[in-house]
Amino acid sequence: MDAPVTLITGTRIGIGRHLAEHYLRLGHRVVGCSRAPVDWTREGYKHYGTDVADEKGVMAMFSEIRRLYGRLDHLINNAGIASMNHSLLTPTSTVSAILATNAVGTFLLSREAAKLMKRKGYGRIVNFSSVAVPLKLAGEAAYVASKSAVVALTHVLAREFAEFGITVNCVGPGPLATNLIRSVPKQTIDRLLAQQAIRRMGTFEDVANTVDFFLRPESGFVTGQTIYLGGV
Amino acid sequence: MEQVQLERAARLEVPQDDVRQVIELIIDNVNQLKDTQGLKAPARLDSATALFGGEGFLDSMALVTLVVAVEQAIEEKFGTNVSLADPGAMSQEHSPYRTIGALADYALRRLQAG
Repeated sequence: MDAPVTLITGTRIGIGRHLAEHYLRLGHRVVGCSRAPVDWTREGYKHYGTDVADEKGVMAMFSEIRRLYGRLDHLINNAGIASMNHSLLTPTSTVSAILATNAVGTFLLSREAAKLMKRKGYGRIVNFSSVAVPLKLAGEAAYVASKSAVVALTHVLAREFAEFGITVNCVGPGPLATNLIRSVPKQTIDRLLAQQAIRRMGTFEDVANTVDFFLRPESGFVTGQTIYLGGV
Repeated sequence: MEQVQLERAARLEVPQDDVRQVIELIIDNVNQLKDTQGLKAPARLDSATALFGGEGFLDSMALVTLVVAVEQAIEEKFGTNVSLADPGAMSQEHSPYRTIGALADYALRRLQAG
């Protein structure tokens, strides 16, 4: 069976779920994971109840992917958490949790994915940053720090994995109608949109289009890049 | 007022005097903030006064200023350095900064935890 195997983290809801359905429609064999169980299922989709920051759980998931599919073509490091809070009111437990999921999770999944991709000398890794990084968004210090780390990881992993035929790139969406921004006041979203060249909320299709570009076999000479959406 | 403080002390299992002192200290700091930042606070402040979200009169920056001032005042009064940071700070429903009483409860719990 030649259908590519695509692992997407954080597929329970939002962008992750949309991307899972998108790549299933394109004929990929999609593997997804999330901390909480999913309430949806599709043919060709396999789900793991794995926390991306839990090394043991992630290692076990990769063992099974190796055993079931024997390959991994694409990794989309979508799982992420946020907390809107002034730094003076932010407990370190929140900072640690955000860094663990967003930065450590991206590192861990990329490391394990690269081991599997290396076998075929081919792979595509797409990480998720955010426009909050270039916009230096006040009230999101921990989130911005974690998403800056993702950009830095993208740069370095691109260099380290290049010799294995693996590209590592990053997409930085602006606000989308997802749970992540559910509790962010409308004024804050409006202020954010005002700083984009194209002043509208992003859509799932905008994100999928950018990920499609990075995943294409023809994008083999594109690595270490971050594309921020909306013209930030 | 006395009755409310008694109930709060019993519920949190802390001395009633601590409850009185923490509430007074929060009210003092709100009054200082009113004077320096020209906030439209109610004339009479008590534990039921809404601070943040909904009926509250503090914007997010004034809230940060108040919480940090209360932390410092608690350290001066009780000799304990408490952090009143909370992941639900900006939440309308769960913020421990909804009212003077909610902030006092939160501060007293932190004091109790040491």
